Amino acid sequence: MTRREPIATGSDWNFEALEAYEHAIGALAREYRLDTYPNQIEIITSEQMMDAYASVGMPIGYHHWSFGKQFLSVEQAYRRGQMGLAYELVINSDPCIAYLMEENSLMMQVLVIAHACYGHNSFFKGNYLFRAWTDASAIVDYLVFARKYVAKCEERHGVEAVEQLLDACHALQNYGVDRYKRPSPVSAEEEVRRQDEREAYLQTQVNRLWSTIPAPVSGLVQPPSHDFENDPLGLHRHDRYPSEPQENLLYFLEKNAPLLEPWQREIVRIVRKLAQYFYPQRQTQVMNEGWATFWHYTLMNRLYDDGLIDEGIMLEFLQSHTSVVSQPGFDSPYFNGINPYALGFAMFSDIQRICQSPSDEDREWFPDIAGSDWLETLHFAMQNFKDESFIQQFLSPKVIRDLKLFSLVDDDRDDSLQIEAIHDDRGYRRIREALSVQYALSAREPNIQVWEADIRGDRSLTLRHVQDRRRPLGQSLFPVMRHLHQLWGFPIKLESMEEGEVVRRYQWPIPESNRESA
Amino acid sequence: MSYFIDRRPNARNKSAVNRQRFLQRYRSHIKRAVEESVNRRSITDMERGEKVSIPAKDISEPSFEHGPGGRRTVVSPGNREFAEGDRLRRPSGGGGQGSGEGQAGNQGEGVDEFVFSLSREEFLDFVFDGLELPHLERKQLQVLEETRPVRAGISKEGVPARINIVRSMREAQARRIGMRAPLKRALREAQEALDAEERKDPVLRNPARVSELKSEIERLEKRIEAIPFLDTYDLRYNHLTHQPMPSNQAVMFCIMDVSGSMTQAHKDIGKRFFLLLYLFLERNYEKVELVFVRHHTVAKEVDEEEFFYSRETGGTIVSSALTLVDSIIEARYAPEQWNLYVAQASDGDNWDDDSSTCLELLDESLMRKLQYFTYVEITPHAHQALWEAYDSVRAAYPERFAMQQIVQAEDIYPVFRELFRQRAKG
Repeated sequence: MTRREPIATGSDWNFEALEAYEHAIGALAREYRLDTYPNQIEIITSEQMMDAYASVGMPIGYHHWSFGKQFLSVEQAYRRGQMGLAYELVINSDPCIAYLMEENSLMMQVLVIAHACYGHNSFFKGNYLFRAWTDASAIVDYLVFARKYVAKCEERHGVEAVEQLLDACHALQNYGVDRYKRPSPVSAEEEVRRQDEREAYLQTQVNRLWSTIPAPVSGLVQPPSHDFENDPLGLHRHDRYPSEPQENLLYFLEKNAPLLEPWQREIVRIVRKLAQYFYPQRQTQVMNEGWATFWHYTLMNRLYDDGLIDEGIMLEFLQSHTSVVSQPGFDSPYFNGINPYALGFAMFSDIQRICQSPSDEDREWFPDIAGSDWLETLHFAMQNFKDESFIQQFLSPKVIRDLKLFSLVDDDRDDSLQIEAIHDDRGYRRIREALSVQYALSAREPNIQVWEADIRGDRSLTLRHVQDRRRPLGQSLFPVMRHLHQLWGFPIKLESMEEGEVVRRYQWPIPESNRESA
Repeated sequence: MSYFIDRRPNARNKSAVNRQRFLQRYRSHIKRAVEESVNRRSITDMERGEKVSIPAKDISEPSFEHGPGGRRTVVSPGNREFAEGDRLRRPSGGGGQGSGEGQAGNQGEGVDEFVFSLSREEFLDFVFDGLELPHLERKQLQVLEETRPVRAGISKEGVPARINIVRSMREAQARRIGMRAPLKRALREAQEALDAEERKDPVLRNPARVSELKSEIERLEKRIEAIPFLDTYDLRYNHLTHQPMPSNQAVMFCIMDVSGSMTQAHKDIGKRFFLLLYLFLERNYEKVELVFVRHHTVAKEVDEEEFFYSRETGGTIVSSALTLVDSIIEARYAPEQWNLYVAQASDGDNWDDDSSTCLELLDESLMRKLQYFTYVEITPHAHQALWEAYDSVRAAYPERFAMQQIVQAEDIYPVFRELFRQRAKG
């Protein structure tokens, strides 16, 4: 290989150098078959970076106080020097928008181009979750649509009314996705086109559902079984509505909440659609960062091998890379959970190793991929998994040993904690299992579904929470139920289930026992 | 394919609206924090922003989450000495399992307070929120220099510099049309007559008539030609009148007793009060002047430094200060031109028979000129004659006179708010 002259040296960057590096990295990326959206690379100042941060990286968004709160906390942390701004921010859109901060050194800019514009970008384009749940070409338009719509509602109905509604929707935004149904990706064009149509249609649907309700008989609970004596015509016999439990709370409210105005339903829908856009990101943190880190590492090394960057830049890069993938131990003062960059980078690097120079252990654990084409395997892993299944499939004993992972059981029926497994032969599988569960959305967030809307009785909405390993709901339960109550307009009940039995019941508004008996 | 865009020249402050929404929503929290900080701050310190903290639980955004309890498994890195089956004491405090819960807060450790900064402007907005200046009046000025020229239509006279070209040209055109019309009509008639004459058989033609008509036409054309394009009558000028300008300036008299009974602590309290008032006035008027008057048995106009820090001894004659203020107003601040505010701080001591003189002075002369008179009495003791006298002034001018007692520094801000709180209209 002939070594060429470095494109640029030193720490100052200019546009010509960036373009040349971007070009070189792009050529290498094609060699590695990284398929990407076109890149739109924007140079911004640190203040603009704070703005971008506050809007969770969205280039544009509707106004809400919570983004202001986010901005203030970022600003405060940055001013106090507690936090360096992340040097990269990339948006899953087509073209893929990546931000480079003006203050970054030349090395950092090159690193970010490799990491974001080729790493993350190819992940967005390749991973099955992103392909199924997001439409990269439509998101920016949809955000513009959402912003305009919310602003219009604020004009018509007042800022406060819209803010209340958004607060309530935000509280439920993690419950705005059908996990097992294939979604239709967001599209601004279609939204606008069908909006009026939908408003009218939605309202008739809701009216039809609710028009069957007889006047609610207060305090009278319908007998669950059919009573032939008193109701020979079966007037009170009915199936539960909805007939199947609904996991998408926002969708259910959008379609069924009896009292929402059409514009309110539309806003519920906007929050739901945006939550859907972020849904894949919440499930692929380790993979996404690991993939991008693996590629920036590989690409930077190639640039160095080809002589396009000099030793100075390479050393600066290695220092930066090392701190990005560092994993402090659980007892370190710097410990802040598992670093997704570290875990993901270790796993992708290890897949490469297993393919290229497998040990006996690898052949036993990974008979399918040991010795296979590494690039092929890496792309397969990136495309077809999420964190949960990726760990389940690819976490190797070597990575477990390197990170010295151990699993700890905290059971409230036991007065002490127990080490369940460590990095040894007996522990590998159990650790892999436990870590996989730790990244499963279903274990991270309580499983709560709509169980019944009492459309013939008091119109209350009953939710069921299926407890996961006896874990109860946290304190924020009542504030969330209050928000739910605002959207639904009638009492909200919540039942916590354990092995098919109701173990706890909650209600909002909290019933006054005096009033009940009177 | 890739392209670079330089966004640096773009607008910053994309988050300004969201920031304002946040401040609006947590107004009451922020106000409480601001009030505490005003009491804590030293006076020279008012001109900067403030760090505000709000309990994190008050601004949390709730969502369904797991609470403590049940059975959970946490995988962590960095095992050193544990072996499978080891049992550990549960760490006290119950928590410590946060690590397993995905991306649990990367903002820092155990944050119970949400902390952020207010800019100076935002800070002062909160400090003076809900306050108003009593009798904020725009004083009229009769003096000529203080007028400002205002457009007042169009006039026929004026200086060339103010000529209104459009209006002048319009006038000229109208005049030209008006003056030409009869001539043009005569010209057309003459032309028609000439044409008729010429169409006749040469034998019947009247040569005298023809030449007469021709000269008539020539004469008319000359007259049309001679109508001026622009005449002096056409000229129109922009008319300006001089309107007296409402005055947007205020002067604040700070009167303080510096007799032996006033300690430095008293003066500091007074100084804070004056400063609050000054900042407040400054937000309402374009220009605020300060006049410092200190007194013991005699009053003297001094500069700020001397006002706050020099010490004097001796008895106290309050009326001396009021007399001096009155004469300063007389000499420099005509009440028609200035909004006059007086703030007085004292420990309430006064020469025995002087209080009635003060009452007289205020009642007969000063109160008519002033917008507002505030008196703070810095004393933990019972009121004396001066308070009694002022009390009757307050009864006479309830709208323009306010007094309060301050015992310690913490009272200043509440007292200030009390003095200037927005009064219900009508």
